[in-house]
Amino acid sequence: MTYTIGAVQAPPETIPAVRPAAPPLKRGRLSVTNLTVGFRRRGAVHQVVQNVSFSLEPGQCVAIVGESGSGKSVTARSIVGLTGRNAVVEADAILLDGEDLRTATDRQWRRIRGRRIGFILQDALVSLDPLRPVGKEIAEALALHGWGNRRERAAKVIDLLRAVGVPSPQNRARQRPDELSGGLRQRALIASALALDPEIIIADEPTTALDVTVQAQVLALLADTKKRGVSVILISHDLSVVAHLADHIVVMQGGRVVESGSADQVLNNPGHAYTRSLINAVPGEDTRGKRLSAPTPTSAAPNPAAPATPQPVADDGPVLQAVLQAVDLVKRFTTPDGTVTTAVDNVSFTLERGTTLGIVGESGSGKSTTARLALALSSLDSGSVTLLGQEWSSLPEARRRTLRREISVVYQDPLSSFDPRWNAERILLDSLTDAAGQSTAQKKARVAELARQVGLPLEILQRFPLNLSGGQRQRIAIARALAPNPSVIVLDEAVSALDVSIQAQILDLLVDLQKQRGLSYLFISHDLGVISHLSDQVLVMKDGVVVERGTPDAIFNRPAHPYTRELISSLPDHPRRTP
Amino acid sequence: MTTSVTPATGTKSAETPTPRPPRRTPPPTGLIVAAGTLLLFVTAMIAPGLLATHDPYALNLADALHAPSFDYWFGTDEAGRDLYSRVVYGTRESLVIGLGATALSLTLALALGSVAALGGRFVAGTVNRVIEVLLAFPTLLFALLLVAITGPSALSQVFAVGVGSAPGYARIIRGQILSARNSGYVEAAVALGHGNGRILRQHIVPNAVRPLVAIITLSVGQSIVWASSLSFLGLGVAPPSPEWGALLDAGRVYITQAWWLTVIPGLVIVALALAATTLGKHIQNSLEKGEK
Repeated sequence: MTYTIGAVQAPPETIPAVRPAAPPLKRGRLSVTNLTVGFRRRGAVHQVVQNVSFSLEPGQCVAIVGESGSGKSVTARSIVGLTGRNAVVEADAILLDGEDLRTATDRQWRRIRGRRIGFILQDALVSLDPLRPVGKEIAEALALHGWGNRRERAAKVIDLLRAVGVPSPQNRARQRPDELSGGLRQRALIASALALDPEIIIADEPTTALDVTVQAQVLALLADTKKRGVSVILISHDLSVVAHLADHIVVMQGGRVVESGSADQVLNNPGHAYTRSLINAVPGEDTRGKRLSAPTPTSAAPNPAAPATPQPVADDGPVLQAVLQAVDLVKRFTTPDGTVTTAVDNVSFTLERGTTLGIVGESGSGKSTTARLALALSSLDSGSVTLLGQEWSSLPEARRRTLRREISVVYQDPLSSFDPRWNAERILLDSLTDAAGQSTAQKKARVAELARQVGLPLEILQRFPLNLSGGQRQRIAIARALAPNPSVIVLDEAVSALDVSIQAQILDLLVDLQKQRGLSYLFISHDLGVISHLSDQVLVMKDGVVVERGTPDAIFNRPAHPYTRELISSLPDHPRRTP
Repeated sequence: MTTSVTPATGTKSAETPTPRPPRRTPPPTGLIVAAGTLLLFVTAMIAPGLLATHDPYALNLADALHAPSFDYWFGTDEAGRDLYSRVVYGTRESLVIGLGATALSLTLALALGSVAALGGRFVAGTVNRVIEVLLAFPTLLFALLLVAITGPSALSQVFAVGVGSAPGYARIIRGQILSARNSGYVEAAVALGHGNGRILRQHIVPNAVRPLVAIITLSVGQSIVWASSLSFLGLGVAPPSPEWGALLDAGRVYITQAWWLTVIPGLVIVALALAATTLGKHIQNSLEKGEK
């Protein structure tokens, strides 16, 4: 596996070291025995973490893996005393180099945090103060612990930013977080966690929401840190992310450890069914046509009384018919300062009935704009889109409305695409656009049928989106997209915000629905694994231009364009699948 | 005044349904006190006879400038009239001015705000500039100007306070409509093929108006304070009326001998404004929680 970045290439001499590196002190040893964390709510204590034990040796990496709600973040936070006031933390031992952390006072915690244990939070945008230049933010970590004087700190900040691979650190240190890209923000955050050269770094989902190439850079940076003797606790929902870095893996589910062992053992010879399901949930080119999740009661069942929708298309279908065709799409945006950027530049594609066209690219590549153009939600500067052989992009909106039921959309963030005043049933009732003349009872029956098709229990329909889990919300969004009986569904990063295990269920659902209803998908994602699992044809986009197109097999195994090669090399190591 | 509607923070959680928080929780003490206070004021407005202990207009020079006592709860004024009963009888006028001004300002604000948000480039731009110019005037100064034009009376007080506070609310409403119009759910409705009228009716208006429920309660308290200020400056209701601002103005002369004539009506105004604001705050919070 190769990384293509500057971070690792930095010669070791430039890495600032506060502590003389000479005697390899056996510091940074952490052991946690039978940690149990609960939260007090209305008098009762709700256990969220039970009997978690692990130990961290200097220069090693322990990965805690599990889906949202498994208690992995709470586990990490209790090691730095950040569980909050309502938490009840109990443990037989939490020892940092023999010092008992269970009885640490606030004062002691403050001395430990930052100096001995650095904490990297998941979301760099919300973890950094938006009003302060990142350099100041990092300098503050130093100043809090009384490190050096102002000038020394300023120099140290530049060193730190350089060490984490930030180009032209002098300039970047003066910029505020919103002026930096996601990857640079994450690096600034890592720099501030590394500032005092702590012995232990806790990274809570450090690469979630980052593009694959940036993710690879951040993981390389952490690997580099580990090589310098820092112990790392890495938290992720994705086993493939931790595979490269972890020496020891703790798999958590529902607050309990279901499996714990050496990385090699957990990844290559998993003992627990849940670990196997996590490994199998990772989509990729080799999983095409296979199910990613174990069949659950909530997965879509074939419907005996299927609506009169198009027949399922056989794999060797006789005539492929273009349902959506885009020719030379161009979209330009004018920024407030007058510069014109071309977000989509001469993009053409054809989506055949019953197939999936995947568009892969990183943020800013123009893939989402392409989706909006295909949906005619955004006006074209030139080019044209035809839907089911009819004029589409050139029509006035009023005439387009009748055709809209043929193409629907699922967004990355379903919550913001739901009216907050409506419950799930109301949302779905509203989406039955072809239901004119049907009685309320008929419509409700159709909504219930939709819920069944996307594997949602009926009682969910009375709930509000805010009270639903991410997976449930996305199922509602898919049900809404299905409601008008469309031919085409545009899925814009539809599974990107989900845990791998939930993502696997949703991907399986999409495959099932496509088979049952002969749907065509325009699937947009930054994740090459997801794209190659699902797509029949793939477009690779970069800076608004299609740089490569072909079958997933060709793109994955014989990439022609250097950018495609970079994307593929950035994919994390894949743990071996087990049947 | 700013009303920020915090976007719902979607927390990613596992497929397993999150346990719903228990529905019934005892309402906080502040809310009970505020609701009780408002109930008293509403009673005083509808049926002041139920609460008053004396005739608010009966002169009794023998008991002039009597300090608060068991007989005269809030004391008496220079003509021996019972201050408590006068405050009770003054509630109707004060509240009507407050509610009237609020209704007027919100109606104006809704009209201005919708045009500023949904109008064409030229119309919206013009309305926006007008709102900005009006906002540059302090509300009270603007209200003073209007009263100066229309002459002092209860009606002109309603008009002045209503028009004076409209630009601020128009700005809030414009922001609400714009954020609703640019929201994901409106785009989702467009993608479903719903027409403009339907989207406006189903999504934009209800979501833009939702925070107004809170604004209304906040605004009533504010309007009463402003109306009282106008009366205090002698630009409102004429003196014999027990309107609260007029009471304050009348008591000003005796502030060294009879503190209760100014302090007590002042406290009553504060109590009403506080109660209305507390209630408004609670309504706002429960709306932001996304509860039904």
